[in-house]
Amino acid sequence: DSKPLTIETSMPYGSHNCEAPSRSVETTSEELFSFFQDMAKMRRMEIAADSLYKAKLIRGFCHLYDGQEAVAVGMEAAITKKDSIITAYRDHCTFIGRGGSLFELFSELMGRHTGCSKGKGGSMHFYRKEAGFYGGHGIVGAQIPLGCGLAFAQKYSKDENVAFTLYGDGAANQGQLFEALNIAALWDLPAILVCENNHYGMGTAEWRSAKSHSYYKRGDYAPGLKVDGMDALAVKQACKFAKEHALKNGPIILEMDTYRYHGHSMSDPGSTYRTRDEISGVRQERDPVERIRKLLLAHDIATEKELKDIEKEVRKEVDQAIAQAKESPMPEPSELFTNVYVKGLGTEAFGADRKEVRVKLP
Amino acid sequence: KEINVREALNSALDEEMSADPKVFLMGEEVGEYQGAYKISKGLLEKYGPERVLDTPITEAGFTGIGVGAAYYGLKPIVEFMTFNFSMQAIDHIINSAAKSNYMSAGQISVPIVFRGPNGAAAGVGAQHSHCYAAWYASCPGLKVLSPYSSEDARGLLKAAIRDPDPVVFLENELLYGESFPVSDEVLDSSFCIPIGKAKIEREGKDVTITAFSKMVGYALKAAETLEKEGISAEVINLRSIRPLDRATINSSVRKTGRLVTVEEGFPQHGVGAEICTSVVEDSFGYLDAPVERITGADVPMPYAANLERMAVPQVNSLLFFYC
Repeated sequence: DSKPLTIETSMPYGSHNCEAPSRSVETTSEELFSFFQDMAKMRRMEIAADSLYKAKLIRGFCHLYDGQEAVAVGMEAAITKKDSIITAYRDHCTFIGRGGSLFELFSELMGRHTGCSKGKGGSMHFYRKEAGFYGGHGIVGAQIPLGCGLAFAQKYSKDENVAFTLYGDGAANQGQLFEALNIAALWDLPAILVCENNHYGMGTAEWRSAKSHSYYKRGDYAPGLKVDGMDALAVKQACKFAKEHALKNGPIILEMDTYRYHGHSMSDPGSTYRTRDEISGVRQERDPVERIRKLLLAHDIATEKELKDIEKEVRKEVDQAIAQAKESPMPEPSELFTNVYVKGLGTEAFGADRKEVRVKLP
Repeated sequence: KEINVREALNSALDEEMSADPKVFLMGEEVGEYQGAYKISKGLLEKYGPERVLDTPITEAGFTGIGVGAAYYGLKPIVEFMTFNFSMQAIDHIINSAAKSNYMSAGQISVPIVFRGPNGAAAGVGAQHSHCYAAWYASCPGLKVLSPYSSEDARGLLKAAIRDPDPVVFLENELLYGESFPVSDEVLDSSFCIPIGKAKIEREGKDVTITAFSKMVGYALKAAETLEKEGISAEVINLRSIRPLDRATINSSVRKTGRLVTVEEGFPQHGVGAEICTSVVEDSFGYLDAPVERITGADVPMPYAANLERMAVPQVNSLLFFYC
């Protein structure tokens, strides 16, 4: 049975141009339990992706989210699937948060036809439009104006929803952020800019790339909050606050203070620009999954064993999804030429061999 | 009856905005100023500031916002004051608009039009005189249209707005004020020109001249001169740079045995180069002479009037192969 709880966040919010929300977060035993389940699944999934990459079953770029799970989970708890989300290339857990399946995810990572983008997108290009997830974008910072465009369309269509745009501390220095924020503020768009500050843009520490790394203050005229991004409840409270604010007053920035355990991508061991002690320190003191585990135990919502069982269960789910994905076919060769256009108008397209492969696009 | 290209574009915007509430116009000076070139004249008064949006001079920001709105299902028309400024936003046109439908296996379509004057105007120097037809036409996922006459402007713009894919619509500043005769059919609100089909503006049997935008007018003038010399030139108005109407071009070349391509853009990797390749691939055996390419000079656009004149094709340049 679900029982209501009020839990105090361990860190105060930082605020800019607005009154911070209360540190007392309303939740329920059921919600905490689901946070644990979801984050355990995300954690296990990313670790499995790491192994698949090393086994050469995943190609190209692969950016893992472990450490940052509380942002994906806390955000979803505050909003509905009618609200839009758009993010950069570190998008695996956002896809799962929006209701995507492990099978579609691993299929896509391994380039199978059963993937969420039918094997044509890859790790960086997951989408789930039916649940308001608009990708999955590979160009740093480009998703920010796109997200403000989603907010524009929601306002234009008189839908009472908001658009969450996620970007990293690296992208926070991009000019197009300031261009889009300016327009969003001029037009009162329900846009929420979520800076996932994991403190390193690839290998460049925030203080080496940003003159001011108080990212929540850098919207100037736009209000901002600094949020403990390792605390799913703090994230939930901030996102709820931001949604209400954005619908009434326009854009707001949420800086999520978070951390990625993995390197930037699979080619980065993640240890040349930061110390192993730093990583293990964050794991010990701030880990988002462990924080919820402690809460569940402290409030007698679950026992150690029950939580271990959940971890075993998600491990099994992940393994099954991978096995199923491995058995799924690669895309048909004819898929090379589909989806170039919605309406191809009979356009001729060539393959690499201009004499042999020439098709009319549907 | 005659209307000029500006009126043709304005009426197309007006009719499509009236027909579909998802269509809106955004860009620099499209509203209160009535359009830098008055293409959007009267639309703010008629449709209000929710659908005719003046933006700051920040192309990357507002183009990205337009593309994001299209992801959600709206049908934005993004006006660039000139396509030279679209370079500030080319990432959103290529990476955010052109590739999304493919990367998402059809989940995220992008029904958007990017439009504005392209290429050389008069006396505005190198940074304001660049033709981007070849750039955009090289990218799968985009459709690239370039009208010549008032009929083209109306029919192609209406087709572009109704199309579910991203369309780059390349106008020409020097044509805005030019008038062309139009039929009742062209003036009908249901008028639309199919994307991907070239128009044979003038039939001929001795040589094929392909052109788009302002160069179609030059090609027609050149054809008149040639006629006096007893040479019958067929003039193809490409209308659509991508998809390129290879079938029309090739069947014309198979008939005439000769090809001259005309464009204002740079020669290297240009539209003419692509047309030439298409003919070499499909109709090599039909060619009676090497293909001639008439293009802008391979230099940034100079300012001085005499140099500028040398840098873009003139009617006489189209005749040099004969003279």
